[in-house]
Amino acid sequence: MKHFLILPVLALALGLPALAQKDIAGEWDNRFDEDFLERIPGPDIGDYLGLPINEAARRHADSWDASLLTLPEHQCKPHPSDYGIRGPAQMRVWKEVDLAAQTLIAYHTHIFWQAPERVIWMDGRPHPPDYVPHTWQGFSTGKWEGDVLTVTTTHLKTGWIRRNGTPRSEDAVVIEHWVRHGKYLTVATIVNDPVYLTEPFIRTTDFVNNPDQQIPAYPCEAVVEVERPQGVVPHHLPGTNPFLAEFSQRFGVPEQAARGGAETMYPEYRIKMKTFPAVSKAAK
Amino acid sequence: MKKSFLVIAALAGGFSLVKSHAQQNAASVELHTFHVQGNVYMIAGDGGNVSVQIGNDGVLMVDSGLTPNADKLLAEVRKLSKGTIRYLINTHVHPDHVGGNEKVFLAGSTITGGNVTGDIGDAGTGAAIIAHEGVLNRMSAPTGKESAFPPKAWPNDTYFTKEKKLFFNGEAVQIMHPPAAHTDGDSMVFFRKSDVISAGDLYVTTSYPIVDLQRGGNIQGILDAINRMIDIMVPAEKQEAGTYVIPGHGRVADQADVVEYRDMVTIIRDRIADGVKKGQTLEQVKAAKPTLDYDGVYSKPGSFWSADQFIEAVYKNLSAKK
Repeated sequence: MKHFLILPVLALALGLPALAQKDIAGEWDNRFDEDFLERIPGPDIGDYLGLPINEAARRHADSWDASLLTLPEHQCKPHPSDYGIRGPAQMRVWKEVDLAAQTLIAYHTHIFWQAPERVIWMDGRPHPPDYVPHTWQGFSTGKWEGDVLTVTTTHLKTGWIRRNGTPRSEDAVVIEHWVRHGKYLTVATIVNDPVYLTEPFIRTTDFVNNPDQQIPAYPCEAVVEVERPQGVVPHHLPGTNPFLAEFSQRFGVPEQAARGGAETMYPEYRIKMKTFPAVSKAAK
Repeated sequence: MKKSFLVIAALAGGFSLVKSHAQQNAASVELHTFHVQGNVYMIAGDGGNVSVQIGNDGVLMVDSGLTPNADKLLAEVRKLSKGTIRYLINTHVHPDHVGGNEKVFLAGSTITGGNVTGDIGDAGTGAAIIAHEGVLNRMSAPTGKESAFPPKAWPNDTYFTKEKKLFFNGEAVQIMHPPAAHTDGDSMVFFRKSDVISAGDLYVTTSYPIVDLQRGGNIQGILDAINRMIDIMVPAEKQEAGTYVIPGHGRVADQADVVEYRDMVTIIRDRIADGVKKGQTLEQVKAAKPTLDYDGVYSKPGSFWSADQFIEAVYKNLSAKK
């Protein structure tokens, strides 16, 4: 008889949520109050302000030509998972549960722009070896730390941290902290990139729960937009990009500051900027 | 690091160095098998990657790794299939890709006509070793000199055209020869139904492309081969997966990865070409750091093919008198 009593008690206990966990499943709508100019209109060419990049990253971005995206093989790329939530990113999050044990196997996400789907494995599986393919969304594992879901992502394809050619290498390891406060969700993304960053690059992205959200499909079919001989890759040779100074001139930001670097992330840099020669804004 | 030493030695023509060093490390080498898709697997470890296609017809291998690892390689193959090894295709001549040829040959048996094996006792002995004739020319030493490779390791089924085709294990297998690329005897192998390309060192994920000038390599040939690969490959949704490539070294890749690599090689080629056009010396070109933005990925400390070696090879290619 004793086991009949124990079973209902166990069932009640196991049915309770684990301590402090907050489910992140649902329909989430972007909020763009933070970093709007960078996220929606898009960053200027040559704007590396606030990015802890090194000289290699600068060279990469200085050479970048937006015309690259007209090549058919570049047209249907989704954002990698460390950038995708920046938007436009209406996002659906749903749970994959072991039906027998009712344990959480994974969270899945689907994002509007280019429709990338991502899996965050919650079942303790290890990250794969280094000889397997890398993907745009990478390989993610999550674990609860109190009421914060901490996600570690490896095996990413080469990507970007700003949509102006500022690179993020495939060696990067990305840590995210997903934090839910009622109807709000904040994702703090920390990019650790030994190739292009001198310090971790940290930013937050906010969402609001929207149960009525309907995410439309996002089909993509590559087409030839510009006829070119095979093998042409649009880029600027070093020292020839005519657009690099535009950001500095448009906003009156000292050129030195526009070049970015770790120190440009910190508030103290504003004091240093006052010692730079003034830049007059370009006439509109 | 082991691999780095091996390939440098190979490029320098030091096959004996390759052999002795590799033998020292053979015991500690661990090979890993990965199912790419369809009938095709990759075996990765020390030396070049090996592709294995299996099915009812038997086993087809692309490349054979380093000599001292051949037994381990065959053991990995046997875990995948007990079928007869019918074909070994060599993507090029370097010892980290043909080192296991002799043992693979002896472990296999070529397909012969019904009465031939009975009439000619050893007609079915050994697997067919397919390669572009450039591989045979370089593996079999010139008359009067001794080859670094035993004759049983030599290709016994060569081709000299742009392409050779097979149908094996229920799928078309296209063997394509890009002229003067990594070497002058390269092949890449396309398994059409499995949708996998075995690229040899025409595409690697661990370094800049190795332009083996001593063996007829050419940077434009490498770019042409990579662009051909991109043409053949069809990505699935979201510019991902679809056709996969097994690189000569490194991880399995899809079209987006090959495009990223092609972009990098093209951009660096263009920068060096600009220096050549301006009449700059090799030292001036190197001082301009044309590979700066990619060195952290493709020229890591201890890398077997440094940025300087790559720049030098491309500079020599581009400044050679036509």
